[in-house]
Amino acid sequence: MRDVAVVGFAQRQMPDFDGSPTCVEMLVPILAEIYEQTGWTRRDVGFWCSGSSDYLAGRSFSFVQAVDAIGVTPPVNESHVEMDLAWAMYEAWIKIQTGEVDTAVVYAFGKSSAGVLRRTLALQLDPYTMTPLWPDTVSLAGLQARAGIDAGLWDERAMAEVANRSLTDAEKNDYSIRKGGSSVEELLARPMYADPLRKHDCSPVTDGAAAIVLAAGDKAYEVRDKPAWISGLSHFVDSPSIGNRDLTRSPSAANAAAKVDLNGVEVAELHAPFSHQELILRRELGLGDDVRINPSGGALTSNPMFSGGGIRIGETAQRIWSGEVAKGVAHATSGAALQQNLLCVLESSTGKDA
Amino acid sequence: MSRTLSAPVTVAFDYTRSTGPVLGRFLTGLRDGVLVAGRTSAGEVVVPPLEYDPVTHQQTTDFVEVAPVGTVTSWTWVPEPVAAQPFDRPFAFALVTLDGATKPMFHAVDVASPSEISTGMRVQVRWADERVGHINDIACFEPVAELDEVESGAGGPGRARPQPRDEAATEQSRPEPVTGVITPVSLDYVYAASPEESTFYRGLDEGRILGQRCPTCDKVYVPPRSACPSDGTPTEGEIELSGLGTITTFCIVNVPFLGQKITPPYVSAYVLLDGADIALLHLILGVPADEVRMGMRVKAVWKPREEWAYSLENIDHFAPTGDPDADYDTYKRHL
Amino acid sequence: MGKQPAAVVGIGQTHHRAKREDLSMAGLCREAIDRALLDANMTLDDIDAIVVGKAPDLFEGVMMPELFLAESLGAAGKPLLRVHTAGSVGGSTAIVAASLVQSGVHKRVLTVAYEKQSESNAMWALSVPLPFNMPVHAGAGGYFAPHVRSYIRRSGAPTHVGAIVAAKDRNNALKNPYAHLHNEGTTVESVLASTMLWDPIRYDETCPSSDGACALVIVDEDTAAASPNPAWIHGQAMRSEATSAAERDQVNPQASRDAAAYLWKQAGITNPFEEIDAAEIYVPFSWFEPMWLESLGFAAEGDGWKLSESGETAMTGRLPVNCSGGVLSSNPIGASGMLRFGEAALQVRGAAGEHQIDGARKALGHAYGGGSQFFSMWVVGADKPTS
Repeated sequence: MRDVAVVGFAQRQMPDFDGSPTCVEMLVPILAEIYEQTGWTRRDVGFWCSGSSDYLAGRSFSFVQAVDAIGVTPPVNESHVEMDLAWAMYEAWIKIQTGEVDTAVVYAFGKSSAGVLRRTLALQLDPYTMTPLWPDTVSLAGLQARAGIDAGLWDERAMAEVANRSLTDAEKNDYSIRKGGSSVEELLARPMYADPLRKHDCSPVTDGAAAIVLAAGDKAYEVRDKPAWISGLSHFVDSPSIGNRDLTRSPSAANAAAKVDLNGVEVAELHAPFSHQELILRRELGLGDDVRINPSGGALTSNPMFSGGGIRIGETAQRIWSGEVAKGVAHATSGAALQQNLLCVLESSTGKDA
Repeated sequence: MSRTLSAPVTVAFDYTRSTGPVLGRFLTGLRDGVLVAGRTSAGEVVVPPLEYDPVTHQQTTDFVEVAPVGTVTSWTWVPEPVAAQPFDRPFAFALVTLDGATKPMFHAVDVASPSEISTGMRVQVRWADERVGHINDIACFEPVAELDEVESGAGGPGRARPQPRDEAATEQSRPEPVTGVITPVSLDYVYAASPEESTFYRGLDEGRILGQRCPTCDKVYVPPRSACPSDGTPTEGEIELSGLGTITTFCIVNVPFLGQKITPPYVSAYVLLDGADIALLHLILGVPADEVRMGMRVKAVWKPREEWAYSLENIDHFAPTGDPDADYDTYKRHL
Repeated sequence: MGKQPAAVVGIGQTHHRAKREDLSMAGLCREAIDRALLDANMTLDDIDAIVVGKAPDLFEGVMMPELFLAESLGAAGKPLLRVHTAGSVGGSTAIVAASLVQSGVHKRVLTVAYEKQSESNAMWALSVPLPFNMPVHAGAGGYFAPHVRSYIRRSGAPTHVGAIVAAKDRNNALKNPYAHLHNEGTTVESVLASTMLWDPIRYDETCPSSDGACALVIVDEDTAAASPNPAWIHGQAMRSEATSAAERDQVNPQASRDAAAYLWKQAGITNPFEEIDAAEIYVPFSWFEPMWLESLGFAAEGDGWKLSESGETAMTGRLPVNCSGGVLSSNPIGASGMLRFGEAALQVRGAAGEHQIDGARKALGHAYGGGSQFFSMWVVGADKPTS
């Protein structure tokens, strides 16, 4: 495998983006930031890949116009996944592994507020027997949360602890759209929303976009003194069936964890749009109490669809670049109730330097 | 004034789905008032049946009937229902393991407050008044009254026992199995124009056609763009165009289709406005369709002022000016 | 480290029809998958990862349908990717699947692309009117017809060339049991006599709307050793440009020319017309055959129509194009590109049945999408690439 590192990252997150669902005007400054970080121009980028969803935008081919933000004369080597940024990055990482290119920029965008997000996502379910009932995202998460509560795997207090820590950490993150921790008691005193979930147990509807830069070998050192080397990258998917799988588990997260080395991980950015999902992920990944979880505030405080997973990778990479940590893991999820999961382990060393 | 213009859009279609044999079997059962489960190779009894076995990956062929009565294994409150959910008032969604099944199914439970539902509670199917072979043939689940439970789920009309079909019906006279289902999908969005497009549409509301120039390649874009597609640079400035232009190329649309706004046949043409570096797609009228030509000089014909809005439709169409055609060399690089 | 060799050892496709009312979406995909696995002498348990491709989600009204399909496709417990690059997606998906092997990450990858167009209406899904705009859009035909007119003007092609291509592809389809259209007795005259839909495009010069799927099994060198006739990937390319940019060449887009140049270079091909034995080119409207022949470098600019007109692209010609009947005879949009890639592989494997070109050693699979702006293509060969 070639040594590939995350060497650039830019993001925007907001509650109500007032621009077009193609998000071109949001991507232009993000890409400008990427060029500034890397010292590259668009012509230095070997491969591009984007992630987005037509149903988020409410129109077919919503990603087509996004390439305008790159400026594509001359044309570019480019692909698109109907998936989160993290999987767009996976495709780019694969492309670099083939040896065809040495550098890549991946980006993703989504204007969740254009429709009723929790309703739109019901279209991800079985279209014959589930979608006609319009099971909204919050309800599915509620079923999952209660399954764990009933099984004694977690309780409302544990969920409130996740929310309180996230809201407190989000105060230090300019991009988080919900912030302000108080105390577990105060959170538990708030009214139920979708019993067993309170509003702070659910991520806010967030618009946004983000971009990640990958570079192989020496190209990475040209950009950063301390590139965030990808030492493990793995993803799996589970059965979609809400009734036929154990909602308190996430086998795909566990499968991904088994494919990477999580020993010595100091920080974990987990893409958990609901508080109890962080608890599931910590268990599946076997993360100890000494691992700092979601110092960015996590998806619970800001969760732009289609970039929310990739942002976890960017947040982790920034902590490697700064020297704050030597090893971290980033996680991205997709589908209902943690159906699909990706893990990306980042390290300050390639393991070959020493 | 807000930075951008926005307007509602509804994306709606009644999808016609063919079910295949497994889901067809389940939906046929619902129509006939029975719950059909599938047995997996691991012995699990799953409802609705899985189309393909999780272990062998073979299509499910082993079906069993299960009871319309079961136990809540998890539930959630739905305080603010979204459109098209089973109820427009607060209700519960739940996972219910039907008697005879080993895995729960998902559906709504009709209770008035979260205090009226709990894990472990017994519930029964409330059938819809009319059953067509659709998941909504189950209107919802409802708590089993204690009396009903004693009678092993034999509820009254409309309850767990469906309205009986004609018991005398023979195999031959039974309706055909369900093979298809219609699932309406209607989504409401607010569509916003980009800031640059908003400037363009606001100009149209004043009877002006506004373009902008890319500061990198100097090309004039109409409408202006958030990013010049060649360079990635937002277009700038304000360039007002006259409404005179040249047809570069065109098509005569003879096809009617769902959602079409203009009655065919009509000419859809690329019009390169004088002073612009990119053509605009618009409608050509005022000339028989078969007389429209590449290179034809045309002018914008505006709707009456009282009909103007923030829309390119303020220009009703383009019509020939009667001037001699433009020389091919003047527009050939726009093809 | 360069690319690891990769080969196609399994190809499956559905019997494409206007409506496959006998199948669910999962069933449609599985018809193609099961045939591909049988061809590869494998089961789903042998597969390391699955890559799904399809065109816009609005066609079937399911957001990211690979999620609900995961278990039925045998993907649960495996890595699953979903590619969407507009009409080129079938090709792009095959390329992504191939790169999973070429990168050394996986050894046996299954890829499937599908469209169940009968669930909705493609014209509707592609033409939902946007506020503030002029609602003159009329589906894909309405989009491409002006550019066909531009090609005719630029090249000076006689106006019956489109009908020649259509009649050829429709007759080729008679030799392909999987093809959607089996229109016996199609002639140049009958095509010319068909209704003008999007002038200058006639009804018979237009692709149908199909339900269908295509699946490929792509494997590494070691696994391919067990196959009697692997189709080796000699080169692959993807390029993108904008839908509408000032002075963009919409007839012969630069992204197409760039992709082709890169492809031929990788495959070591200097004269594609001489060296390619069969080509499966994405031709949803008949005029795109001569247009892409030029863009791909099979003919000089302005001369593509001469190859079509003189019969060189017929099965008996020097460059047989779309022996399968092509997109003009079967168009499950998301799968159409993968069908081109798969049909090219069938040719070099000698497995194309009645529409086999005898002795085909190198073949082109090609797809494009969006407003002629996304391109994906590969060259497959009967011999393992030397470099």
